[in-house]
Amino acid sequence: MLRFIFSRLLQAIPVLLVVISVTFLLIHSAPGGPFSDEKAVPPEVARALEAQYNLDQPLWQQYTSYLTDVLQGDFGPSFKYSGRTVNELIAAGLPVTAELALYAMLVALIIGISAGIFAAIRPNTMQDYIPMSAAMLGICMPSFLLGPILILVFGIQLEWLPISGWGDIPGDKILPAITLGTGYAAYIARLSRGGMLEVLSQDYIRTARAKGLSERLIIFKHALRGGLIPVIAFLGPAFAGLLGGSFVVETIFQIPGLGRFYVTSAFNRDYTMILGMTIFFAGLIIVFNLLSDLIALWLNPKLRHQARGGQQ
Amino acid sequence: MALLDVKNLSISFYTRHGVTKAVDKVSFSVDSGETLAIVGESGSGKSVTCYSLLDLLPRPPAVIERGSANFDGVDLYHCSNQQMQQFRGNDIAMIFQDPMTSLNPFLTIGEQLIEPLIYHSDKSQRLTRSKAKQEAIALLDEVGIIDPVARFNSYPHEFSGGMRQRVMIAMALITKPRLLICDEPTTALDVTIQAQILKLIKQLQKNRDVAVIFISHDLAVVAGIADKVLVMCDGKTEEQNTTQEVFQNSTNSYTKALLSAIPNGPKTSKSLAKKGSPLLEVEQVKTYFTDFSNTSDKVVKAVDNVSLSLQKGEIFGLVGESGSGKSTLGRSILQLAPLTSGTVRFSGTELSALHPNELMPWRRKLQMIFQDPYASLNPRMTVYQTLAEPLLYHDLANKKTVAKQVEQLMDDVGLARSSVLKYPHEFSGGQRQRIAIGRAIATEPEFIVADEPVSALDVTIQAQILDLILDLVKQRDLTMLFISHDLSVVRSICDRVAVMHHGRLVEEAATETLWANPKMDYTRNLLSAIPTSNLG
Amino acid sequence: MINPSPQIEQGSSLWLDAWIKLRKNKLALFGFAILLFLIVVSLLTPWIAPYSYEEQNLMLGATAPSANHWLGTDIFGRDMLTRIMYGGRVSLMVGFVATAVALVIGILWGSIAGFVGGRVDAVMMRIVDIMYALPFMIFIVLLMVVFGRNILLLFVAIGAVEWLTMARIVRGQVMSLRKQEFVEAAYSMGLSRWAIIRRHIIPNTLGPVIVYTTLTIPSVMLLEAFLSFLGLGIQPPQSSWGLLINYGVETMEEYPWLLIFPGITLSLTLFALNFLGDGLRDALDPRASKD
Repeated sequence: MLRFIFSRLLQAIPVLLVVISVTFLLIHSAPGGPFSDEKAVPPEVARALEAQYNLDQPLWQQYTSYLTDVLQGDFGPSFKYSGRTVNELIAAGLPVTAELALYAMLVALIIGISAGIFAAIRPNTMQDYIPMSAAMLGICMPSFLLGPILILVFGIQLEWLPISGWGDIPGDKILPAITLGTGYAAYIARLSRGGMLEVLSQDYIRTARAKGLSERLIIFKHALRGGLIPVIAFLGPAFAGLLGGSFVVETIFQIPGLGRFYVTSAFNRDYTMILGMTIFFAGLIIVFNLLSDLIALWLNPKLRHQARGGQQ
Repeated sequence: MALLDVKNLSISFYTRHGVTKAVDKVSFSVDSGETLAIVGESGSGKSVTCYSLLDLLPRPPAVIERGSANFDGVDLYHCSNQQMQQFRGNDIAMIFQDPMTSLNPFLTIGEQLIEPLIYHSDKSQRLTRSKAKQEAIALLDEVGIIDPVARFNSYPHEFSGGMRQRVMIAMALITKPRLLICDEPTTALDVTIQAQILKLIKQLQKNRDVAVIFISHDLAVVAGIADKVLVMCDGKTEEQNTTQEVFQNSTNSYTKALLSAIPNGPKTSKSLAKKGSPLLEVEQVKTYFTDFSNTSDKVVKAVDNVSLSLQKGEIFGLVGESGSGKSTLGRSILQLAPLTSGTVRFSGTELSALHPNELMPWRRKLQMIFQDPYASLNPRMTVYQTLAEPLLYHDLANKKTVAKQVEQLMDDVGLARSSVLKYPHEFSGGQRQRIAIGRAIATEPEFIVADEPVSALDVTIQAQILDLILDLVKQRDLTMLFISHDLSVVRSICDRVAVMHHGRLVEEAATETLWANPKMDYTRNLLSAIPTSNLG
Repeated sequence: MINPSPQIEQGSSLWLDAWIKLRKNKLALFGFAILLFLIVVSLLTPWIAPYSYEEQNLMLGATAPSANHWLGTDIFGRDMLTRIMYGGRVSLMVGFVATAVALVIGILWGSIAGFVGGRVDAVMMRIVDIMYALPFMIFIVLLMVVFGRNILLLFVAIGAVEWLTMARIVRGQVMSLRKQEFVEAAYSMGLSRWAIIRRHIIPNTLGPVIVYTTLTIPSVMLLEAFLSFLGLGIQPPQSSWGLLINYGVETMEEYPWLLIFPGITLSLTLFALNFLGDGLRDALDPRASKD
């Protein structure tokens, strides 16, 4: 198992290098520098600014020095938020985004898995059609549409829930979590239905039935593990999606998280900030993909066996 | 009154394509200590009948139209769900065909064994985990699992096929059932393992005095184990009698057809092998595979230093159990699997030394017939396209004559000309195999590798296809390498036989010499494991 | 082909079976109808749009749906129906073109990996795995920021993300086909590689590719809408449904119809396409066709 984790982490190194290099090159091939907006800046000031951020050095030198900094966990100073480092800004935004992602994931998992199992128990009946139509609706209702509609209905018309902020007024975390989680709940519902249907048609379920086990035991003990494997495999990419989705939700609900930072710094052309956050996100995604693979491994004794280097 | 008494059972399937009658007015009974075999070909309704007893049929589409199944005074078809659960957990157990898929891969076998005991539907009868574990370990020991204490915590994939079926049997017996239903319990197993499992079932039945219903497509397997036999065809009872009567004095035409279709005894026609230099020479062929999926790049020695030669006109049998490398050898000879080393010479030309482009014209002369008549035909091509493709490709026909030639081929393999524009999925398994054979002989080959050509077919169809193959070999002056796991089939059509085991040839001899006087232990074991329909 | 004489029975191909099955699936047919309707409307928009696209009527301002303006007008007095129709042209075009980009790259990559197999396949699929692990959404945002909003770039960027799954599907399909006995039979018949690809592989890969293409279009449209919503996709004066939704959100408290109508249009389209894709999957799934 340790060998598996180690080899996966080893594979992550080239991935991260590619991410860093591509992002770095993209940014430096962009027309116009980060300070070209400020036309009023006199040439000597501009030069001084460039020197301050090492922009006067040859590109490869900038690249290697940036790489060394990153390896030491230092993403450098922000171009636009003067006096603050990228590390500080990420550290400020991360807890908020992480909390939002966690709630959204909980919403997605709880609603998604229960709807999926519910539908799979009686396929092609109303018990299947209703949750699955709802899931389709959830997939076709992107967060940037669902969010405003929820605000319109529950915030403005009914005045039940606050429509912006994070942790300021009680209940202001509900709408963002639902907005972000709904699409994933829908996906997970479809995946877990498909997985459960597949497993429930397996011979070993028939065996379990022939043994006289109760339906509940068959579903929760015999079918669930295999049936949820597609969901587990989806969790890694889902987390990546949640981060991406948080751009929109944080913008709509004015939540001071990483996503909103990212979008603003993109518009501000705050290059060190974009670079740092891209690398940070990539790292997170790698870690979460690894985690979801590990869970899948842990759930499947055959794979677990192979990962241990065992032989059949 | 018998333990189980089924009367007038009729089951239909209601699909959108219409209603199919799967079981039609079937009656039988079985008592403690007795074994009833239900025998029939695919689609005969034998499995449906037995699944219905434990309410394991998917409903819908299945509907039990009529009939009763009295088990110990209770009608299984008209009892509550709770009662059914009681029966399943207490009184009636089932062993399934494929031990690979019938055990839950996510749970240890120990956990699966003790489940019915610790989650018993009647709370008062539930055992504690440790008590249940004791019983399970004792039972694992009884069914022949070595070191049952340690194996209790193993997962199904850590067992071989035969051992898995033993676990499956232990699982069925753990509730001390009074009726045991075995659904083709040995069909997925190699012949030597099959013999062991049959012995085990017989012995357990004797010790425990249970009633057994044994479902099988194979009359030969049934002969050694059943007290009475029910022969089914298309959902109807063809015959029901004691085993002795069925095998020796049957008057039923279907039973007689089944019995005569079982390959039994030596080849009846003369060997057509010609003297002179061999047509095909295989020398020291090794075919190794590297498993890329593993990081360690494990090398699998599928074929390991095999030499053999075939005379023109000969049918050469290659037998072996699953994983012995017999199929790979066949593919290596046809240059479909790359050789690691060694040579394959065909009428003097070293095929293994040819560049792929130089090989093209030779391919026409060497053809292959595959096992699976479903996978070996392109599902998107009509019979016409399938048969015309090799003809046109190798300029054996032109646009004008091709239609005639395709019709001729269809006649040769016994297919109706009118079905020339149909697609493979519209045919039965036997017909599909005929199409595949037609495709193989279309190029007028000299040599054919037949890789288990009849193993996927029902026994009566199998006999027809074997007849067709023998006919074609004779008429078209073919030489054939006949690969099979079924020794009886090989004996009935091959002139010479080689036995393969772990990638190597164990023994090679003229067929009847091998049967009469096997030299190696492995061959002896194989031969003695063949089930035989000769009683006593 | 021979002339089928009257007594020869006509076979029913898997395509025909699939079509019969699809015809029974009401939702998929509904999806197909909506899709056709949208395509026709988009093509004819310049001629059938009730108002001109850019014509502003500041005196009128934002009005609720009325007999003159079925879907109301925006704050500049522009007809919403017209704007949604023109926006649909862009959204659909992005959907189709970017999917085509993904299709071409994915099929090429996947079929090469699947055919050549061995180490080449291992390396090619490893690359796909690595790219799966990249934060693509972030890259697209980055691309748009760095190079400015450019519709061509948008096609390339979205296509570059979506080809990965297509490559995996095609590769898996080719791999399993290669192991199929009918392909081996074609080899043993001496057919050339190209003949095998053309006659035996491609026709059998088509089903899953069609299904996945149908399902890729809505996800591409969603991605475009997402980027446009963030202000990183389509650039005004061009418009797309995502951009319209973005404008709608800004004024939703006063003029909710500016959000609702483009939103419904987008959702309905995604709905139709997904149902069509699901229906096609059911109809073309070889496992389902055996019963």
